[in-house]
This record gives sequence, C-alpha cells and structure tokens, in this order.
Amino acid sequence: MSILVFAEHDNSSLKADTLKTVAAAQAIGGDIHILVAGSNCADVASEAAKVNGVSKVFVADNPAYEHQLAENVSLLVTELAGDYEHILATALTTGKNFMPRVAALLDVAQVSDIIAVESADTFVRPIYAGNAIATVQSLDSKKVITVRSTGFDAVATDGSAEVVALGSATDAGISAHVSDEISKSERPDLGAASVVISGGRGMQNGDNFKLLEGIADKLGAAIGASRAAVDAGFVPNDMQVGQTGKIVAPDLYIAVGISGAIQHLAGMKDSKVIVAINKDPEAPIFQVADYGLVADLFDALPELESKL
Amino acid sequence: MKILVPIKRVIDYNVKVRVKPDNSNVDLANVKMSINPFCEIAVEEAVRLKEAGTATEIVAVSIGDKSCQEQLRTALALGADRAIQIDTAESLDALNIAKLLQKVVEEEQPQLVILGKQSIDSDNNQTGQMLAALTGMPQGTFASEVVVEGDKVNVTREVDAGLQTVALNLPAIVTTDLRLNEPRYAKLPDIMKAKRKPLDVKAAADFGVDLSARTTIIKVTPPAERQAGIIVESIDQLVDKLKNEAKVIS
Repeated sequence: MSILVFAEHDNSSLKADTLKTVAAAQAIGGDIHILVAGSNCADVASEAAKVNGVSKVFVADNPAYEHQLAENVSLLVTELAGDYEHILATALTTGKNFMPRVAALLDVAQVSDIIAVESADTFVRPIYAGNAIATVQSLDSKKVITVRSTGFDAVATDGSAEVVALGSATDAGISAHVSDEISKSERPDLGAASVVISGGRGMQNGDNFKLLEGIADKLGAAIGASRAAVDAGFVPNDMQVGQTGKIVAPDLYIAVGISGAIQHLAGMKDSKVIVAINKDPEAPIFQVADYGLVADLFDALPELESKL
Repeated sequence: MKILVPIKRVIDYNVKVRVKPDNSNVDLANVKMSINPFCEIAVEEAVRLKEAGTATEIVAVSIGDKSCQEQLRTALALGADRAIQIDTAESLDALNIAKLLQKVVEEEQPQLVILGKQSIDSDNNQTGQMLAALTGMPQGTFASEVVVEGDKVNVTREVDAGLQTVALNLPAIVTTDLRLNEPRYAKLPDIMKAKRKPLDVKAAADFGVDLSARTTIIKVTPPAERQAGIIVESIDQLVDKLKNEAKVIS
C-alpha cells in the first residue's frame, strides 16, 4: 500500500505543514512518497528528502508547475496516481485548489480537511464550521484526501529518501499565471507560529494594528485578524483567521477586539491557550477563552507590551 | 454570454447547529434554511456582469428536493433569468453533484459557471473544481475579482500568501470568496416578479448519471467543548497567569 503526499512549497523552501501531512500519511500506514511539483525547486526536493518516514521524493521541476496552476498539477498527480491507494495534500489554498480536480479526474470522492485517521478508509473531519465532527468512510478504491495540518504533529526531518526526477511535464494550456501580490512580513507564518495575536473590528482601523506589532515582536508572534477586520479593509485577506481563512492552533492565541463569531472560532478554537481582550463582557469570545480581560484595548495593549 | 450559477440550500449561517442525540447527523428539523452565502455572492457576481453588459442570461440551478425551489426563487429575485431544480431526495456527494452539473453545462453551454467556493454545511470546497475537471475547463477558485476580457477571464484569487491573478480561457469555472462582492437585498417588486420567472424541474434520475454514494457518514458528534476560563482583573494578573500557570510565555 503506497501513499503519495503533495509537498506545499514556494519553490525555495518546504512548508512545515507538509511535515504534518506526512504524519497523517503515517497514521494511515504504508510506503510514503512525496511529490514536489514546481520550477527551480531543487532546494525543496532536498528538504523533502529529509522528511522522516518517506522513502522516495519525486521532483517535477518544470516551468509548467511554477505557480502550481490546478489545471497542470492535477494532470501530473493523476498520471502518478495509478501506483497509489492514498493521495494526500495539505488543506491550504494550493491543495484545496487542485485536489478536487484530481479526485474528479480519477472518478473518486475527496475527503476534505481531515483532522484524524480512524483507519485506512475512515477519517474524521469538522463540518458546519467545526460545530460538528463527522467520521466519514470513503467507499472508493483510491482515497483523495486533504489534511488540516493543525490535527497532526509534524514528523522529524532526519531521514534520507531517494530523490527521483520526473521527466515530462504537462501543460494543459487553458490557464496562465498573470501576477502575485504577496504580503511580505518578517514575522513567522500564521500557520506555523507558536503565538498568534489577532485584531478584530474593535481595532477601529488599520493603523491601530501597530499596537499589536510591539507585542508580536516581544512574543515572536504572527499577527492575524478576524473577517470583520479584513472586510472593513483594516488589513489584507491573508491575515484572516476563521472558517474560510487560516486555521491556526498555536500554543497561545490572543484575541483583541474580536467578538467571537462562530466563523472566527472555527479558525482558532484548537489553540492550547486562548486569551481574549474585549471591552464587552458579554462577547462570545470569553466563552472559549482561558483568560479573559474586560478592558479597553487602547489601554490594555500598551500596558501589556510594557509588561512582557 | 450565458452564465450558469449552481446554488445550494443550507442551514442559515446565523443558526448554531446541534448534533442529533443518536449521533447520526446534525438536526435540521425546524431550522431556518437559506441560500449558501458563497452561492449568494456567485449570483450577485453574475447579476453585476449582466448589468455591465457582459452577460446576457443567467441560469440558476440547484440540486435537492422541492424545498430548494425557495432558494432558486431567491436567485431569481436577485436577478437570475430562469432556474432549474434537479429533483432528488438524496444528499449527494460533491462528485455526483458535479456530474449532474456537467450534464447541465453540456445542455446549456454557458461561457462562465460561477459557484460558491464551499457550502457552510459540509465545508467540502470541492464542487467547482470537480466540475472544472469533468468539463475540461480552467478554474479560478476563491475569487476576489473577476474581469472578462474577450475570450478570457482574469480571476484574482485569495491565496495563503496574499492574492494571485490567473488568466483563464473561456468557458471557465469561477468559485467565489467572501470579498468578491456584497450581495444586494432583493426588493419586493423583484420578489413578486421572480414568482413568474421560469423554473424547470428535472428528475436527477433522468440524467443517466450513476449517483451511488461514494462516502458514508459513520457518525457525527459535537466538538469537544472548551471550558470557559477565568476573567482576570488586570494586565499584571494576565501576564502572571500566562507565565506561571499556563507557562506559554517566559
């Protein structure tokens, strides 16, 4: 029984989430191979070769895969799929984009966003924004699965897998990459940070997010936001934590001026420790917070920064 | 151009779901149902493209029992021209939904299919991509901007690192993200007018698609409840708790 894991990367480094997706593959059990599809992605391949529990790394290094367009990547994965019973990708925007295309090309169902493995064909996944947890059995011979990385602990990286270059590339020729608008930040990735501090509508404007920066610097934290703050134009979309944004589970999550809509809770309620700072004592965020502080954030944030 | 907008009837996003005591599924009895929010954004985008003169006809389609006609009437009130209900009592896997939609695409020949990126009940995020694969069309998922130019559509997508713009050959599939637009409210005269717009009903079984289940739900349970913690009185107490009790900062 073999499992193919699709590597998340930006052509220069392997995303840590892939280590968690490999952990899901180990929970299923079998010979695990990683596919690195990209362009000038040799560094990613050598990182992938070190991932524990992986016996082989396939590298499809070609301009057709540079931006991991779903039309091209899905054809590549479908070509390789014959040898595998399970195909896994991380439930981030790349995997969410191309994996259902793979499933449909293979004429099998996809099980999205799994958080636990019960057996080789039965998986656990949140539904209704995490307000219910479903145990789902796939009846197809091949299982196409996306993995929510917060459900699994990363495997170590002291392995040494064989790296195999794949020759031909497939360009479907029906889509093209035009441009990227990538947010640059010196801070850790939201998905990988052990501390996250997020602001909501209570921040009042984008400038006030600077109040979070000093605290984030002291804690080595990533900065996130609620949908309300993103919709109001305070901060860009890639900072959104929630049902349709990023799903995070850091050791410490600090929610500032966030009321706690269920869609936001869906993105952070698996954090180990939750702190809420809100001036409304009735805010639903306090029902999930380990430590709540009822205070005006414009007083509390400078004081918190000075006392850390 | 013709735009096809598949929509789904789901639990209203304001309702907190409860799991049935027998853990067979969630309890949807006497719960308020609505058009899936992402599908509503899809309808709005199609209507805007029609208002801009890009689109000429909008066809809304929904797969479900008779009750989803309510959501189709909502789409008609928002500006869709006609509607198709594909009648089935079964709750179908996304792949089977995509196969039925593939048949509708073959018949209607739309230049653009706009869907919600996911439904807020099953949270699968699959149908648009699967339909794209089955029809051989390119896909612009998680769209925050859609610009039709000649025989191409440029779609700006919300991705983990920020925004990505792709150019797709038409016909194409677009799935909507939250910030693509803000849907309008249907006005009363439009709601009245919608009642007279055409709504065809077709039986799912007549499409010649194998609709047998690909997955089964073994059980549905409530999530582990988080215990509400304590309210601290001051920043000093908060910092002390985080250092000495939770031990998450040093």
